[in-house]
Amino acid sequence: MVEKEIENKMKTEEYFVNMGPQHPAAHGVLRLLLTIDGEIIKNVDPDLGYIHRSIEKMCERDSYQQIVHLTDRMDYLSSHINNEAVCLAVEKGLDIEVSDRVKVIRTIVSELTRLASHQLWWGVIGMDLGALTTYFYAFRDREYINDIFEETCGARLTMNYNIPGGLMFDIHPNFVNRVKEFLVHFKTKLPEYDRLLTGNVIFQKRTKGVGVLTKEDAISYGATGPVGRGSGFACDVRKTHPYSAYDRVEFKEALFTEGDSLARYKVRIMEMWESMSIIDQLIDNIPEGDIKTPTKAVIKLPKGEFYQRVEAARGELGVYINSTGTKNPYRVKFRSSGFSNLSVLNHITKGAKIADLVATMASFDFVIPDIDR
Amino acid sequence: MGVDKRSFLKQIEPDGLKQVVPNDFPGKVIPGGNGGNIVVTTLDNVINWGRSNSLWPLYFGTSCCAIEMMQTGAPRHDFSRFGFEVARPSARQADLIIIAGTIVNKMAPVLRRLYDQMAEPKYVIAMGACAISGGPFFYNSYSVVKGADHIIPVDVYIPGCPPRPEALLEGMIMLQKKIKTENMTKKVNPIDGFDEGK
Repeated sequence: MVEKEIENKMKTEEYFVNMGPQHPAAHGVLRLLLTIDGEIIKNVDPDLGYIHRSIEKMCERDSYQQIVHLTDRMDYLSSHINNEAVCLAVEKGLDIEVSDRVKVIRTIVSELTRLASHQLWWGVIGMDLGALTTYFYAFRDREYINDIFEETCGARLTMNYNIPGGLMFDIHPNFVNRVKEFLVHFKTKLPEYDRLLTGNVIFQKRTKGVGVLTKEDAISYGATGPVGRGSGFACDVRKTHPYSAYDRVEFKEALFTEGDSLARYKVRIMEMWESMSIIDQLIDNIPEGDIKTPTKAVIKLPKGEFYQRVEAARGELGVYINSTGTKNPYRVKFRSSGFSNLSVLNHITKGAKIADLVATMASFDFVIPDIDR
Repeated sequence: MGVDKRSFLKQIEPDGLKQVVPNDFPGKVIPGGNGGNIVVTTLDNVINWGRSNSLWPLYFGTSCCAIEMMQTGAPRHDFSRFGFEVARPSARQADLIIIAGTIVNKMAPVLRRLYDQMAEPKYVIAMGACAISGGPFFYNSYSVVKGADHIIPVDVYIPGCPPRPEALLEGMIMLQKKIKTENMTKKVNPIDGFDEGK
């Protein structure tokens, strides 16, 4: 009788909590409507649109050269890779082949972008879990890559280095040397990352077994990138559908089968090693050739549909162009990795604590303008 | 019993307790003997000096500019040299809101609410082309607010897409200079008479 009374008095109620849109752990302006019971999460309902900039609709009014400049504001941490995706799709439509030099330079810069993106993510996952030091370490190393970009294409973040048919400029004379210097530097610093965070007991407790995503779920939700590969889903577009110069380099696809936050963490650390190995293989023998295949000033794609997929830093990016033969596309659709990855969040955080949600989101590495577009 | 404070300090510093006056202190400090000092200045100067050197920013990073804003706080540029390092995600503890990124129609009420929650005196920096005018999304976009100054009054505009960290530092120093010229008695709430983009 007494026990029942206590149970009645201890009865808890579900209630709603807003997480975001202005929240330090949400990596931008994602709003999550949390239904929670005490500290246990019952439901996560993402509310999108706080940075919806109508990029897809704007593309319908822009020429094909202009579309490129909009895409690096989508997933700004892999801006070069986004540009490359659009350029490859347009080149596919025009049926032109770029020179080997362009392919190799694009691949090197893509991998540098991926490194910079993963460095930032590493700094931020530490910060989300309460370790501010990682932020300073990661951004220290990130500046080296930004310097290389700045010297070659004049911008640090939104680079616009690609144009349909090739590259906007040739590489800077210092490019090769500076990339090599960076690789030497970063190969000594990446083990430092491991020593600082990977083996840390608190970090392990916060991430191991948290937010487990099975391989079947990863496939059915369309989770790609490090999220999919952390669950054992071999979805690296660079391996399955090689583009640019990825068919001439050897690299291992980072695969882990645990599916938890720590596995996603390990995938990204391993990808940083692989990116450096890809650059190592290409940097010494950049072939001679034109940096631009001449195209008409006004590009008109033939009537039809064109699709190109690339591996951006946080998953597969697909660019779908529907052309009616005019100078503007009829419809452009971006298949962004973040949107599919976000759909998994509710499924894997049900029943977890709020703090686990932060750890899981940090391991997902969302870029909100990529989700909203 | 116990150690006299002054004799203890004399042991570590032979000249006794040194009064350290910051270089940029707006006033004159006259040593008055017996360890005491006479400070000659105006209240405005001292208050503005204090305010401008400990601005606590609220990071309102919505898109790409947020990365350059983070980079500004990182080792190479390090805005804690100017007193900006106390980053507050909560509007109620912030003096300054840095709008880094595009403001869209759905976000606009949230930004205004955050601004209203801040305690006075409050300042706004619009970082990047999007926060100034809509930037690359000025034409043909149905959802972008064409400039944050349609929603809240802006003190400093920093152009660029995104601006370099040095540009953000320059903007922050400009804001400090602006604060240093303020007059307490004549200060008005910037939201009074703000036309909200009419």
